[in-house]
Amino acid sequence: MIQDPSSSTVDLTCNVAGIRSPNPFWLASAPPTNSGDQVMRAFDYGWGGAVWKTLGDPIIIVSSRLGGLHWRNQRLMGLNNIELITDRPLETNLREIREVKKRYPKQALIVSLMVESRREAWHDIVKRSQDTGADGLELNFGCPHGMSERGMGAAVGQVPEYACQITEWVKEVATIPVLVKLTPNVADIRYPARAATKGGADGLSLINTINSLMGVDLKTLKVMPNVRGKSSHGGYCGPAVKPIALNMLSRIAADPETARMPISGIGGIATWQDAAEFLLLGASGVQVCTAAMHHGYRIVEDMIEGLENYMRANGWRTLADLKGKALTQVEDWGNLDLNYKLVARIDADTCIRCNLCHVACEDGAHQCISPAMPQDDGRVLAPVVDETECVGCNLCSLICPVDGCITMTEIDTGKTPESWRQWQQRLGAGASLEDHPGMISGH
Amino acid sequence: MNGIQLSFQEALPPLSPDEALTEANRCLFCFDAPCIRVCPTRIDIPSFIRKIATGNLRGSARVIMESNPLGATCARVCPVEALCEGGCVYNAQERPPIQIGQLQRHATDWLIASGETTFVAGPDNGKSVACIGSGPSSLAAAVRLREWGYAVTLYEAKPQGGGLDTYGIVSFRLPVEISLAEVGLVERMGAIFRYNTRVGTDIPLDDLLKQHDAVFVGVGLGQPASPGLPGEDLPGVRDTLPFIEETKSRPLDTLSVGRDVLVIGAGNSAIDAATAAGRLGAELVTIVYRRSEEEIPCYGFEFEFAKQEGVRFQWLTAPKRILGSDKVEGLECVRTRLGEPDAKGRRRPEEVPGSTFTIPADMIIKATGQGPDNSFLSHLGLHLKGPDRLAADRETGATSHPRIFAGGDIVDGRESATVVAVVAMGLRAAAGLDKSLGSPRGAGAIPIARPKTVIRRSASR
Repeated sequence: MIQDPSSSTVDLTCNVAGIRSPNPFWLASAPPTNSGDQVMRAFDYGWGGAVWKTLGDPIIIVSSRLGGLHWRNQRLMGLNNIELITDRPLETNLREIREVKKRYPKQALIVSLMVESRREAWHDIVKRSQDTGADGLELNFGCPHGMSERGMGAAVGQVPEYACQITEWVKEVATIPVLVKLTPNVADIRYPARAATKGGADGLSLINTINSLMGVDLKTLKVMPNVRGKSSHGGYCGPAVKPIALNMLSRIAADPETARMPISGIGGIATWQDAAEFLLLGASGVQVCTAAMHHGYRIVEDMIEGLENYMRANGWRTLADLKGKALTQVEDWGNLDLNYKLVARIDADTCIRCNLCHVACEDGAHQCISPAMPQDDGRVLAPVVDETECVGCNLCSLICPVDGCITMTEIDTGKTPESWRQWQQRLGAGASLEDHPGMISGH
Repeated sequence: MNGIQLSFQEALPPLSPDEALTEANRCLFCFDAPCIRVCPTRIDIPSFIRKIATGNLRGSARVIMESNPLGATCARVCPVEALCEGGCVYNAQERPPIQIGQLQRHATDWLIASGETTFVAGPDNGKSVACIGSGPSSLAAAVRLREWGYAVTLYEAKPQGGGLDTYGIVSFRLPVEISLAEVGLVERMGAIFRYNTRVGTDIPLDDLLKQHDAVFVGVGLGQPASPGLPGEDLPGVRDTLPFIEETKSRPLDTLSVGRDVLVIGAGNSAIDAATAAGRLGAELVTIVYRRSEEEIPCYGFEFEFAKQEGVRFQWLTAPKRILGSDKVEGLECVRTRLGEPDAKGRRRPEEVPGSTFTIPADMIIKATGQGPDNSFLSHLGLHLKGPDRLAADRETGATSHPRIFAGGDIVDGRESATVVAVVAMGLRAAAGLDKSLGSPRGAGAIPIARPKTVIRRSASR
């Protein structure tokens, strides 16, 4: 009998800083992990782990908490919230965590923590949390609103010394792996990452939400989300933030001081494809929130199956086979080859003569695409690229509405690769300015 | 490819990858979605559509084929406006529903083109089942039984598998290759097909009962139900199914068709015959129907398709006699008017006295429904329901013989029977059979379909 290709095994077993889970998909600390009932249902749907909604002293949360960014016809391209940490009593959460861990021994259960910046307070909550049998701790140094005004969350994450100090306090008593969750609301993510590493963290989680203000209702002039006529900045997440997260992830994964830190990647992950990108850029596992808030826990089924199919198609058996595979490409700009040249090519057969490439190039790029040309016989010739003028910027291929119509093709410049740094060295050694790499636009 | 061959290519173009992605992203991914509830095989439609959106086409096809092993055929022939697409929540907003059929076709076409399969045979359980017939109901039962580890042999009277899917639906709606590809997936699971083997003639039922632990009867309705008109023997008078079979099994340019073609009857097969005759080159194709447009038994989209193809309709007309000396020259008819509703609630046609008239024709296709092979039915010796259907339990397919199960049109051959409905019957019968042989798996895994009232001609797309 013919062997079914799907039967070759792929092992999704995941290990983030010693926290093991049957697959790399964890629910992030957020409303979907607010209670034992929710987390158990999520595990039944297949989630590999869950980071419990942040514990601390229970707080009071406002009503009207979320704002959504709808783009064209798609809902929740971005989501913002002014919700805070858990509003449930600590005892209740700890009891439920213990119970869930007992019933679901294989899934990873991580407790997110945020308390006031006192050593005793951290010691106390760490001990009580690990008493539940949880698999790991996540220190929430990221919440950008509400908690930061009380000296917690991002107020810690934005000051490397504080982040280091608190991580050290936690590690004094922690017996299970400790992840530090970083805020993206900093100038350079590497500094808090290095601080957490220095403080002894076992791994990093990133990114937390980004400071944002969702918008103004043009009819009512209300700023959203609105609480009795007022609004406040909140944390932004959802598909729109993914590139920001990928950048921060790759910066940390490529930084020699933090390169060995296991990373739980977070930020706009809605599909297996998103997750694969995080893994390829160095994450050991991923966390998901907005997509689960949008469509429910059931989305994990396709995430698991899609990732398995993708790995199988590439001959990868374990997550280690793809982890960081794309990371080596991430470089400083100064190391990119200035002698590499692409040009746009337009396929006249599939081109629909919308002229969007022409106008984009004319007004927004380098004026090298002539418009579609109507002929006397009724035919319309497709736009044409002047390849000598084209700088290979990609814009036309990005805006072209026809998949595969515009391809960016490499042109042999006949020059050996040379980066800006290499050129600077050559200049330092006495080379002439005229003898520069690449091309400089004539106009 | 010549003109006639071109005109028998699939009429509805597939979605391009781009179109499929756009359409898949329109799907709201409803929870406990109404489209699932109206599918007789309960395909998890939002799930397979989301998988198209995430580029997981293999997973998408798996979800479809897991619930409906004839997913590629059903993507094409399902009356989606009355089933899944009729259930889509967008209808409530008077927006176009998701093109579920076309998306299903996108995913299953990918599967066929990939050469992969989603069917995996289970470990051999030492038991064996015979399926009589290899139409959609038998194929569905065979897939499930192979998954559960049964040895399965399908006995097929014709030289190829697939039943009506292969032989009885015009190729511009369902290409032969699609049906045969699905047969191929069942063969790949290790099911054995005995072609050119008619049970009752080439091999007696008793032999099957001796050689196998159980028998599934899925023979469908192959015999034309004759309208009983004088002159039916004249050259130029055809039955619809053999006519359609020819268009699917012989070179199209060797087929002959009349110039003036009449089709008696207005069911889905009548539409197939009429449109096929038109595409073969008939100049005038007219459907003769005893009732009015309101009562037309075919699906709304079929009626629309026939009108687009230029088929004419002669309403309120009852055929009386086929005219001609050595070949067909016309059809003698009488006008009707509609009287009181009959048992099914359809108004009964009554002949108008003195209204006899003649429609000239050089070819007449009889499409007044199909019945069972009665000699086969008596050979089975099972209890019947009504005059000529097998009595079988709706949940389990159980017949009056403890080791014989049945499904498909031979059990319930109403005019509304669809491929998807008989697939569901085959799957339920497989579960019933499995349970009767001592398996702990529960029978009736798929709930009996509660199809919505069929809305005729609602969607004129």
